[in-house]
Order: sequence, then structure tokens, then C-alpha cells
Amino acid sequence: MCLGIPGRLVAVADEATLMMVADVSGVRRAVNVACVADGALPGLIGRWALIHVGFAMALIDEDEAERTLEALRSLGEAQEALAMMAEGDRALEGAA
Amino acid sequence: MKYVEEFRDPAAAQAVLAHIKALSDDMGLTAEQPLRIMEICGGHTHAIFRFGLDKLVPPGIEFIHGPGCPVCVLPMARVDECIEIARQPGVILTTFGDAMRVPGAKGSLMQAKAAGADIRMVYSPLDALELARRNPDRQVVFFGLGFETTTPSTALAILQAAREGLGNFTVFCNHILLPPPLRALLQDPLNMIDAFIGPGHVSMVTGTHIYDFIPADYGKPVVVAGFEPLDLLQSVLMVLRQARDGRAEVGNQYARVVPEHGNPVSLKAMAEVYEPRPSFEWRGMGEIDASGLRIRDAFRAFDAEARFAIGYGAPTAREIEEPEGCACGLVMTGRVKPTACPRYGNGCTPETPLGALMVSSEGACAAYWQYGGARALEAAE
Ligand code: SF4
Repeated sequence: MCLGIPGRLVAVADEATLMMVADVSGVRRAVNVACVADGALPGLIGRWALIHVGFAMALIDEDEAERTLEALRSLGEAQEALAMMAEGDRALEGAA
Repeated sequence: MKYVEEFRDPAAAQAVLAHIKALSDDMGLTAEQPLRIMEICGGHTHAIFRFGLDKLVPPGIEFIHGPGCPVCVLPMARVDECIEIARQPGVILTTFGDAMRVPGAKGSLMQAKAAGADIRMVYSPLDALELARRNPDRQVVFFGLGFETTTPSTALAILQAAREGLGNFTVFCNHILLPPPLRALLQDPLNMIDAFIGPGHVSMVTGTHIYDFIPADYGKPVVVAGFEPLDLLQSVLMVLRQARDGRAEVGNQYARVVPEHGNPVSLKAMAEVYEPRPSFEWRGMGEIDASGLRIRDAFRAFDAEARFAIGYGAPTAREIEEPEGCACGLVMTGRVKPTACPRYGNGCTPETPLGALMVSSEGACAAYWQYGGARALEAAE
């Protein structure tokens, strides 16, 4: 119940009641965008939002998502570097 | 789907796990002397079990399951009151599906529905609003429950009902706040919590500062986290780094969704419609000061407690005992694991839950059962 799911805002349903259509894994559903609308609704078309009990509760910051993924990827690179260092140490030991 | 699959990438998970392991070894953490991290939110408990993260992290990291499942902390008396409302003539009671099987002293909503009460599951409070529009001769009551994540949605529904002048829509408000029970847990000198992983979706509404008191007053790290496996693993790593450096602060792993100061529209709607109750009862934890919300007098027309003179709106309060032999309170506060409860699998299963922790998939007992707890029990026998 407390979970949300990312969906993409694809169309305006009713400007007066702040309703838009969201595409959530291929399923279309009307969602209320009061919490994320800050200006005209058409400006939100194409944005990803976190949808919870029929409300778009937050816009997903795509740059921020990229940064998080980037940080995670660099952990992978660091791991590779560490593995190579260990490899190098072993090679040195072998050489000694 | 975007932002789901990316945060489930196994290769990245392996990399984070390697870093967690290295740090845990560095810090000398072991199964006997672990770092105990409480994941506050039932959604996190569910994700940890679903993806087996508790088995993937090194033995020096122990997850303690927190009280952050609104269905699980709902006291029996409130379920009974909800059923009482549903039985009133002309009432349509609407609720999230999670609440249907929560046992009250006189059965669950599911049983009340089978016995003839008009109880309907909805996805959103907006569905309840629509039912009220379509059934002007009926009273439509929405069973409002949840933490700060869900509260804005019922507040906005009430504001919409007020704008439309709907006279047949009320909310039975059981909304609760997250910081008060955490403070209650931390005030217990016997608590064993070293650090916290905070629910991202609460902070999506409130921002991250609601946890400032945890490092400031109790010196423990907090990291606000998303719900995908990589989110959780990265959060564990962030907690470990704080612990290694001897720091305690509020970190934000879920910045793609959680702004530091929360969502202004949600916060404004909540403050407009709701105010704190002097105290509210939590299943397994008792009454906690200023931990629940009620509907302000200005919106009394939309308050089911006022309309049906029930609950905290009733002239006399009532006391109800928890089921016999259950360890719900101890499990809820992270003191014992579900398998330590004498009723676990012994009268209490997801099909016939005795305590609420066995009902919702976000409850610790149900998560254990669904993802291996049942196996553990069989192995022990
Ligand atoms: S097993 Fe059942 S009775 Fe025991 S703590 Fe869990 S929900 Fe409560």
C-alpha cells in the first residue's frame, strides 16, 4: 500500500481537477497531479512520476537517477581496479 | 520499465556487495557482533526478503524490521470501529485491499463483507470520491490509513469533496506519523539499533529533515532509501561508511524522488486538513503522544468519527487485549524475529493471521513466511 510505481505522464485528462493520464507499465490510468503541477499541465507530458494511490506524488528527477546509477557503476569500476591491484600483488609475489 | 530495471542490475549489485563486504571486514563486523540496521518501512522489509538481500549481505550486517507498516500497527479497536461503521444502514465502506484481512476483536473487514456489509476495495481515495458522486443517497466512508506517504492523498480528496460540496463522503482517519514511534523505540534503553534506513516515500512528502533528531539526539546514522535492490544495497553501504567514520547524519540515497524539503503541495494539504491527536494507539506499542492525525474542525463534515460518533469521537474509549501468546509487540519493535513468536506457523499464518504482521505482505511475519520463513520453521522441526 505504501509503495509507489514509476509511470510516464502521457496526456491531460481534465485540467480543472488536475487529472492526467499516466502510462504505468503499459496500463493507462487517470492520476491526480496536484502535487507535481506547477504551471500548465501539458508541460508535464513525457515526464516520469512516482505514482501512489492514484496521485503523482513526485516527479522523478532523471538527472539525479543518472547520477545515482553513475555512482553505482563507478563502484563497479572501483571493484575492477581493486581486483586488478590484487592481481598485481599476486603477480609481484609470484615474481619474488 | 525505466527506473525499475536499472536499479535491479545484478552486476552493479555484485559491485556494491563487494564494497559492503570489504567495509564490514574492515570494521570487524561479525554475526555475533553485527551492525544492526533497522529498515523502518514495511515496503523495505518486503523488498529485502523478496530479493534475498538479508542473505546476500555479509553476516556482520543484520536487518531489524521496524514498525513502518500502517496496516500492522493498526489497533484491533480501530478495525472493530471500522466494521461498526460499515454495518450502519446506507453506508458504503471503501478501503485499500491491505486492510481487508486485518483481524479485529470481532473479525476482519473481509468477514464483515461476507456477512453482508457493503465494503468495497478501492485503489485510490479518488475512487471513493467517485462512488460518493454516483451514489448520492448513500454514505461513502473511506478507511484512511497510512503514514505521511498516503496522508496527502486523503487530504486532497477531502479538499476536493469540500470544493464540490459533497455531503455523503467522509474519511475514517487513521493516519499516523513516522517520527514519534521512532523516538519511542530509541528512548528504550534496551533497543539494539545501530542505524536506520528510512522510507523513501515518506520523505518524498516530508523531506529528509524529519529524521534530524536521530543523529542529533541519539547519535545514529540514517539513510533515506528507495525500494529497488540497488537502492537498498547502496543505502547499506552509505550507513556503513558513516559508521566506519564515526559520523551520524541523515543521508539521502533516493534523491531522484526525495527533495530535501519534501513536497510543498502535499505538506500544505496535510496541514490544512489534519492536526495531530494528543495521542494515538499503536498495535504492539501502546499509546504514543502526537503520533496520529485527526481531521480539523473546519472539515468536520468529512470526518467519519464525528458523523458516526465512533472511535476517538465516541464518548467512551475502550480497551482491547492483543491475541494470546502473540509476540506482535516484540516483533514490531525489532526485539525478536518473527520465528521466535510461539504462534508463528502455530495458529498464525497468512491464511489465518492472528496478528496484523502476518496480514500485509509488508508485515515482517508475512514477509518471513512468504520468502523462506516457512522453510526455516520446517527445518527447525
Ligand atoms: S507470528 Fe502472528 S502472532 Fe506472532 S508476532 Fe507475527 S503476527 Fe503476531
